[in-house]
Amino acid sequence: MNNDTIISVEGLTKRFGDFTAVDSISFQVGKGEIFGFLGANGAGKTTAMRMLCGLSMPTSGKASVAGFDIYKQTEEIKRNIGYMSQKFSLYEDLTVRENIRFYAGIYGKTNSFIKEKTAFVLKQLHLEKDADKLVRSLPLGWKQKLAFSVAIFHEPQIVFLDEPTGGVDPVTRREFWNMIYKAAEDGITVFVTTHYMDEAEYCDRVSIMVDGRIDALDTPSGLKSNLKASSMDEVFLMLARKAKRTGD
Amino acid sequence: MKAVVVENVVKSYGSKKDLVEALKGISFEVDRGELFGIIGPDGAGKTSLFRILTTLLLADSGKATIDEYDVVKDFKAIRQRVGYMPGRFSLYQDLTVEENLEFFATTFNTTIRENYALIKDIYSQIEPFKDRRAGKLSGGMKQKLALSCALIHRPSVLFLDEPTTGVDAVSRKEFWDMLQNLKRSGITILVSTPYMDEANLCDRIALLQEGKLLSINTPAGVIGNFKQPLYAAKGSRMLQLLNELKTFKEVKDAYPFGEYHHVVFHDEAGVPPVASYFGASGVEMFPVTPGIEDCFMDLMKTNE
Repeated sequence: MNNDTIISVEGLTKRFGDFTAVDSISFQVGKGEIFGFLGANGAGKTTAMRMLCGLSMPTSGKASVAGFDIYKQTEEIKRNIGYMSQKFSLYEDLTVRENIRFYAGIYGKTNSFIKEKTAFVLKQLHLEKDADKLVRSLPLGWKQKLAFSVAIFHEPQIVFLDEPTGGVDPVTRREFWNMIYKAAEDGITVFVTTHYMDEAEYCDRVSIMVDGRIDALDTPSGLKSNLKASSMDEVFLMLARKAKRTGD
Repeated sequence: MKAVVVENVVKSYGSKKDLVEALKGISFEVDRGELFGIIGPDGAGKTSLFRILTTLLLADSGKATIDEYDVVKDFKAIRQRVGYMPGRFSLYQDLTVEENLEFFATTFNTTIRENYALIKDIYSQIEPFKDRRAGKLSGGMKQKLALSCALIHRPSVLFLDEPTTGVDAVSRKEFWDMLQNLKRSGITILVSTPYMDEANLCDRIALLQEGKLLSINTPAGVIGNFKQPLYAAKGSRMLQLLNELKTFKEVKDAYPFGEYHHVVFHDEAGVPPVASYFGASGVEMFPVTPGIEDCFMDLMKTNE
């Protein structure tokens, strides 16, 4: 593992009884990389991601995230990563400002840091006027952009995004990816899952999980040329159709 | 006779302070036997619309009929005629597959056997698991059971609220194949989806954004109305290319589109100067046919 590797996974496995959800996966993610983590429903993405976030103990294998061991240093991992999903993001009955304050507080940020950075984030999102509105009253697209800003507010080394753009309108979806690019430029590593195949093209590298294993891992153009496919959609269908498992 | 008629339906939620206008006066008609798609992102108003049409929610104003029955006055008749598959799985988790189906059949005074032919294609895929509790099914199997239950009373109009949300690309294709088969049996189908690529599988589509209809047309018609020149562009540094494209006054809009950027020009005259500028620096650029997503974004921005 060299200094620029921020996630390193070797033979990582998770079994539930006699069901192998994640079957000895290995890969590395470089610092500042946008890494797409794709797979059909039930392929094992969520289980793998939970282990990397320090939320679930592996059955076997090794992994380090942001330099911390996923068996012994789960609390350190949690402090050094951000997480956001389509389902769980913000508290609807808190205001924009309260949500920011709440999450920043959990990560132990100082009042002066929170104050200064809140002003910066609100300005970036053009939400200054809406800072004291309940999150519930914001359109979904704004919520998702705010949720992303909150997930990286504490300046984590890595941010895990689980289907962040599901159901979001096409314009906002692109604005969201713009924010991802900016975060990556600032050195934050982005680990992202999506069902939109055009978004797979925006990743530096993409892995595709099938039945608990990583069946392919390459740049989008590398995947297409290896499989002689014209689009990522085609790549995904070619690989995912081989799956024996169904659903989640 | 139209299967569905919607006239100026308005629905809002909340009090004055945080009023949400879910539907801002929408109108459309659906023909018998049509596969009609409501395409729009989350929060566009799709679920409110479906709940009004299935008599589960009252509109603030406007009028709607299903098979010429009024959604307010004739709600009982409509409930006999429509099938509804809500976005959230809402069968009985602690009943088995077969018990769920039997329950819904009985509720509508019918039996599984009587309408088996209609659901055979779908139900036979989960029938080997008929003694399993619904809560223990995989996502794809739950979806098939929910569709079977929505069909068991042989509805005249079927409402499917985001049946493919969060479903992977392979299962989505399978689901749409099932819908095409159902359409052949003569059922009118209204299906909502946030996935723009699914629009092409419908006979006609309504594009819905923030409670307003942007367009109602066939997929080909929507695309045909996109009159501006559209080009795809690809270079070695994509982010920089995008920012540079946006600085040209000839360029109306530029946005990432998978492997390429899509570039919308105001008119044909604007293409050559921009193309030759980027051609000189090795950027690949060629005309492309717009997709529903291009049209949706253009209509969204025009409506803002």
